[in-house]
Amino acid sequence: MAWSPRAGDLAVVDVAGLDALIMALADASYDVRGPVVRSGAIEPGPLGGVVDLPRGMRDEQAPGRYDLSDTAGGAFFDWSSSARSWKAELFPPEEELWRARQEPGGNVTFLSTPKASRREPLPLAILGLRPCDFAALGVTDRVFAGAAVPDPRYRRRRDTAFMAVVECGSPGGTCFCSSMGTGPGCEGTDAAPDLVLTEIASGTVADHRFLVRVVSDRGAEVMAAVPTRKATEADRSEREAILSRAAARMGRRLVTEGLPELLLANLDHERWSEVARRCLACGNCTSACPTCFCADVRDTTELSGQVVRRRRWASCFDREHSYLHGGAVRASTSSRYRQWMTHKLATWWDQFGQSGCVGCGRCITWCPVGIDITEEAAALRGAALPAGGGAA
Amino acid sequence: MDPALYRVVANRRETSDVSSLTLAPLKAEMAVAPPRHGQFNMLTAFGVGEAAISVSRSSRLSGRDSGQGLHTAGAGSIVHTIRDVGAVTHALCVASAGSLVGVRGPFGQGWGAEDGDWLAEGDVVVVAGGIGLAPLRSVVDDLAGRSTDASGRLRGRLFVIAGAREQAQVIFADDLARWAALGAIVSVTVDVSTPGWTGHVGLVTAQIAPAGIDPGGARALVCGPEIMMRFTAAALEKLGMDPSRIFVSLERNMQCGLGWCGHCQLGPLILCRDGPIVAYGGAVTHLMRERER
Ligand SMILES: Cc1cc2nc3c(=O)[nH]c(=O)nc-3n(C[C@H](O)[C@H](O)[C@H](O)COP(=O)(O)OP(=O)(O)OC[C@H]3O[C@@H](n4cnc5c(N)ncnc54)[C@H](O)[C@@H]3O)c2cc1C
Ligand code: SF4
Ligand code: SF4
Ligand code: FES
Repeated sequence: MAWSPRAGDLAVVDVAGLDALIMALADASYDVRGPVVRSGAIEPGPLGGVVDLPRGMRDEQAPGRYDLSDTAGGAFFDWSSSARSWKAELFPPEEELWRARQEPGGNVTFLSTPKASRREPLPLAILGLRPCDFAALGVTDRVFAGAAVPDPRYRRRRDTAFMAVVECGSPGGTCFCSSMGTGPGCEGTDAAPDLVLTEIASGTVADHRFLVRVVSDRGAEVMAAVPTRKATEADRSEREAILSRAAARMGRRLVTEGLPELLLANLDHERWSEVARRCLACGNCTSACPTCFCADVRDTTELSGQVVRRRRWASCFDREHSYLHGGAVRASTSSRYRQWMTHKLATWWDQFGQSGCVGCGRCITWCPVGIDITEEAAALRGAALPAGGGAA
Repeated sequence: MDPALYRVVANRRETSDVSSLTLAPLKAEMAVAPPRHGQFNMLTAFGVGEAAISVSRSSRLSGRDSGQGLHTAGAGSIVHTIRDVGAVTHALCVASAGSLVGVRGPFGQGWGAEDGDWLAEGDVVVVAGGIGLAPLRSVVDDLAGRSTDASGRLRGRLFVIAGAREQAQVIFADDLARWAALGAIVSVTVDVSTPGWTGHVGLVTAQIAPAGIDPGGARALVCGPEIMMRFTAAALEKLGMDPSRIFVSLERNMQCGLGWCGHCQLGPLILCRDGPIVAYGGAVTHLMRERER
């Protein structure tokens, strides 16, 4: 019988093996998703086999800009981060929390939601999320699953989901995961993925292969159906070379040393009003961000008379986000930009013991006016008032 | 988290725009956990929405001082005192006896009054502005219920300083009178004097210095509009009180109570989880002085 890897092993598969892995996930009754090309961008989508992957595609990302081009190359993962993150797969943009019938006499009966009464949705398998996106799941895990009362919806999706991370060989122009310690490789994080893949596509077509680090037992079970061989020293060193080349090619850098203190000591800095002159307060950054978790909760009465509570993604760039007593606490754009950036880089540490930013660069790429969080941080650092003189 | 169904047992009009709802669980096994003083529930007016409302009395908290004629209604009942300021609070204020409301909770950090014999340690100073007296009522009742001597008088000094716009807006007038009768030092002040008013006129902060508080070992519990809390805390600090023994109840938009929705952030704090009650001093002093605008 052929060798089959166990948790902890490093295996090698070829392109046909990657296809077999996708099949094996589907055979194991997962709803398999991965990066696919959709309306000119790489986005999460259903994955039926390697044919669905963005082979030969390369993205170009810059502040306020995203371009996708077909290089006719053979690599499947020669792009940086997907345009949309995987947040929506675990934390949908809109979700029904409960539904109830209110009778004329005033009695209230909770109804099971139509969705829940249908058959249980298949567990998710995501193949091709990047290390930064996997780190982002570790961030939302602390928010939703780590709360005193964990969010059962998030927990159910997350606990059953299979994660096959693909390490990054080609970071983009807005990436800074190496500054945040979340990439380009996928080493130890809070939570373990099931598999970690590295694409090696630099050699001949016949040499095109993937290193597969099997992390979980679940990962090993799926790999049992995939033709593999053991990784060699040469495979390992090739991976290291790929990752160190990637780390050297990050489009952006963020100096994180003393950053929370720096930001919180400069809450009155004039830079906040400067950036606010450009910021449209559109909230693109918060919906693109894989860690932003804010949501509005709203009740409505439907025509049927049923009362429904839903939650929907919200943004601290909305005026209503901080509504209190007929007015917004954060009424100005500068106060809202400051909330966003200080939350990501400073107060997230107080609230959850880690950074709220994983360095995926999406907020920079998807900002219509190209505001760049790394540039704003650098400006505050460069122009920071001397110690002791910065606080209000 | 689905709301538990509670029946409105009584709706008592406190002032022109404030009502107290006494709620009892529809089924005992549905009841939410007993609240601690200062915690809040998320109340649902079905079809309208949900709002964060403090517990102003609970059968389980006031069990110790039973016999004082409190408006509770049996095991698991809770009282919420609500000011009509918008859609949800209006629907709650007009909820008639017998109707159903939803309850989720209890949430947040309370005053911590259950944990010690505060009146034995020093003066306890309660300062409330308007509806801010609601989350303080059960603390005063509890302290009063536990710390009386054989003759029924308080064994320690309990100051209650309450402010309101005008006499007609003073909530819990009967409770205030009852506490005074037990020996608490109660002073009520209004912004605007109306015919017949013989009490103080002015801000609650003006009542602090003349009250004769002994700052050593004192504790203060403050709830009201943020600006009132800021000036009150500053006045107490000026008396010589340790800022870490001054507690304030902070308010921000709240839409879940569970730390999931992000709306209630105040700098490093997620107020539904880390508050609403926090010790003044250090970071909190700074947060209250810093303008978020
Ligand atoms: C911890 C805490 C305890 C509170 N305790 C009491 C109490 O004991 N008695 C009392 O009368 N009031 C209390 N409040 C204030 C009460 O929650 C608001 O007055 C109420 O949410 C307003 O809702 P509305 O729909 O009636 O008003 P509207 O002004 O019509 O509300 C419009 C929108 O703003 C939102 N909103 C407005 N104020 C708040 C708020 N503070 N938190 C969340 N959302 C808000 C509502 O969700 C709604 O979507 C408390 C608030 C907090 C945070
Ligand atoms: S703040 Fe920007 S770079 Fe950081 S995780 Fe969010 S979208 Fe990515
Ligand atoms: S407050 Fe703003 S930055 Fe923080 S999670 Fe919510 S939307 Fe994102
Ligand atoms: S009320 Fe939702 S996080 Fe605090």
